[in-house]
Amino acid sequence: MNNLIDKNSLIAFIMAGDPDLETTKNCILSMEKAGADLIELGIPFSDPIAESSVIQSANLRALKSETYLSKIFEVIKEIRAVSNIPIIFHSYVNPIFNYGYEQFFEKCKETKVSGIVSPDLPLEEKNEIKEYADKNGINIISIVVPAPKERIERIAKEATGFIYFIPSISSTGVLGDDANELNLIVETIKNVTDTPVAVGFGINTPAQAEYFSKKADGIILGNGVVKIIEKNGKLSAEPVYNYVKEMKTAIIK
Amino acid sequence: MTNTKFGQFGGQYIPEVLMNEIVNLEKAYEYYKKDEKFNKELDELSKKYAGRPSLLYFAKNMTEDLGGAKIYLKREDLNHTGSHKINNVLGQALLAKYMGKKRIIAETGAGQHGVATATAAALLGLECEIFMGLEDTVRQALNVYRMELLGAKVHAVTFGTQTLKDAVNEAMAEWVRRTDDTLYVLGSVMGPHPFPTIVRDFQSIISKEAREQILEETGKLPSVVMACVGGGSNAMGMFYHFINDKDVKLIGCEAAGHGINTEKHAATITKGSVGIFHGMKSIFCQDKHGQIAPVYSISAGLDYPGIGPEHAYLHSIGRAQYVSVTDVEAVEAFEYLSKTEGIIPAIESAHAVAYAKKIAPTMRKDEIMIICLSGRGDKDVAAIAKYRGRIVNE
Repeated sequence: MNNLIDKNSLIAFIMAGDPDLETTKNCILSMEKAGADLIELGIPFSDPIAESSVIQSANLRALKSETYLSKIFEVIKEIRAVSNIPIIFHSYVNPIFNYGYEQFFEKCKETKVSGIVSPDLPLEEKNEIKEYADKNGINIISIVVPAPKERIERIAKEATGFIYFIPSISSTGVLGDDANELNLIVETIKNVTDTPVAVGFGINTPAQAEYFSKKADGIILGNGVVKIIEKNGKLSAEPVYNYVKEMKTAIIK
Repeated sequence: MTNTKFGQFGGQYIPEVLMNEIVNLEKAYEYYKKDEKFNKELDELSKKYAGRPSLLYFAKNMTEDLGGAKIYLKREDLNHTGSHKINNVLGQALLAKYMGKKRIIAETGAGQHGVATATAAALLGLECEIFMGLEDTVRQALNVYRMELLGAKVHAVTFGTQTLKDAVNEAMAEWVRRTDDTLYVLGSVMGPHPFPTIVRDFQSIISKEAREQILEETGKLPSVVMACVGGGSNAMGMFYHFINDKDVKLIGCEAAGHGINTEKHAATITKGSVGIFHGMKSIFCQDKHGQIAPVYSISAGLDYPGIGPEHAYLHSIGRAQYVSVTDVEAVEAFEYLSKTEGIIPAIESAHAVAYAKKIAPTMRKDEIMIICLSGRGDKDVAAIAKYRGRIVNE
């Protein structure tokens, strides 16, 4: 499977169906225009335990508008009529399990969704979906967090698409600036794989975007786009464009 | 690594940020469960602090009244803090201490597990924070105060359905935020491996004692062993040492709330389907899109949309049977046991008593049934009075 990002990539998270799928579609297209390289499209779940409160609320808004997988695939088809922007899903396992792994990954292939990152599917449970993902050529995006070196290496060696690196965790969603640890982990990963690394969690300002894009191949905007949509609702396409443009400019500076 | 699953159920479906800590916990548990000093200290706490062994009480009046099987009650309600929860909590809190942790966190539904955790923390000198759904903090206000009295900090969880499920979400999220000095003391046989095994091991003292006690008193094994099931910790503890006794029927009683044909129930095995949530593959109440369903029971302790993976497994191989009991039946059983035996059961345990009332009369007089009386009912008195239309000042 191919690498999904190059150097200086910008990955933007957006929750499907927040507040409705029409808005999601418009925002994805405007993010593409603004220079986003890959869209991380959230599939809503009732109990998103591993998210910031900003994204938790987005999950609930999306469920309120009855955003389910079948409808999400429909909207991706509409997007595909006008755009080839790379898309990966961000989903808890249960909605996919209930949709059916076989059907889910076939649909991913059909709509050119190139990967999935799942917050509740660590290396230990990857086999839950691996067979189906492999069969359809869909990347299972591996998450790396600060952990013992052997674990990071084990994950990195198996990783395809790109590696989703979350450097540090804090309840406020603000990134700690332990640059040393960050460099060390990226180096550990780079020593065992050619799969590119994207850094996520808590990147909100252009200065942060510029800083972190130098540390890795790409950066992931988690809360940023979601916050704009929370504030602007259906009228989010333009402010989302401006925000992503500003961040992308900072990266390629 | 040990096997993380029971058949297809169980596993470790958790965020990568927790994996390292879960691996540490698994290693520590595998080590200390064979450690002489750890086991000696836990045994002493169980006996000299929690009051074990708990009585196996022959419910003579109930037996005569129902006219069938001889009914025995395993009196977990007599434990310190008033329920079976202390068995697990002492084990896990001690494990936390041996692991060098300074702080324990826990979820709670009815408040029993929270009270037990706060108690163990006070005893062992650990910091303690409890997560409880806002709705449950109202239903079980006394237990909130009890926990605070014991030195714990109680957080009311306002996300989602504001009940046990959300309390688990929030406790897990807190553990994600802070693992270094903190152990999550999970209250039931659920969550990611190794929790279902750890909690089952610590709770299995119930059936270990009960099996010895019944053999000593009657010279034979029971025909039926019964317990209520939410996540399923008292049931797993009550079943465990009887699993290999193939002739002993194991029955778990789920909460049917307003009835299993309504939307207001928590009857996971009766009405649910296989899914992946809270770190485990198991059976859950969920919609066809895999969204976890809001559940309901008069009992805050059974108000949970899932069930421990070992129960899902015992169900799948036909070793244990799971039935459902409505609010109405549970309340009647609550009152029945109070009047018949002078024992006020927890409303959770009353679900098992209710099913016993149904099947005991169909059994022979030489057969034996053991019901796990998982907790005492003091905490429920005001709520049941209200259910009956009486306002009692707590």
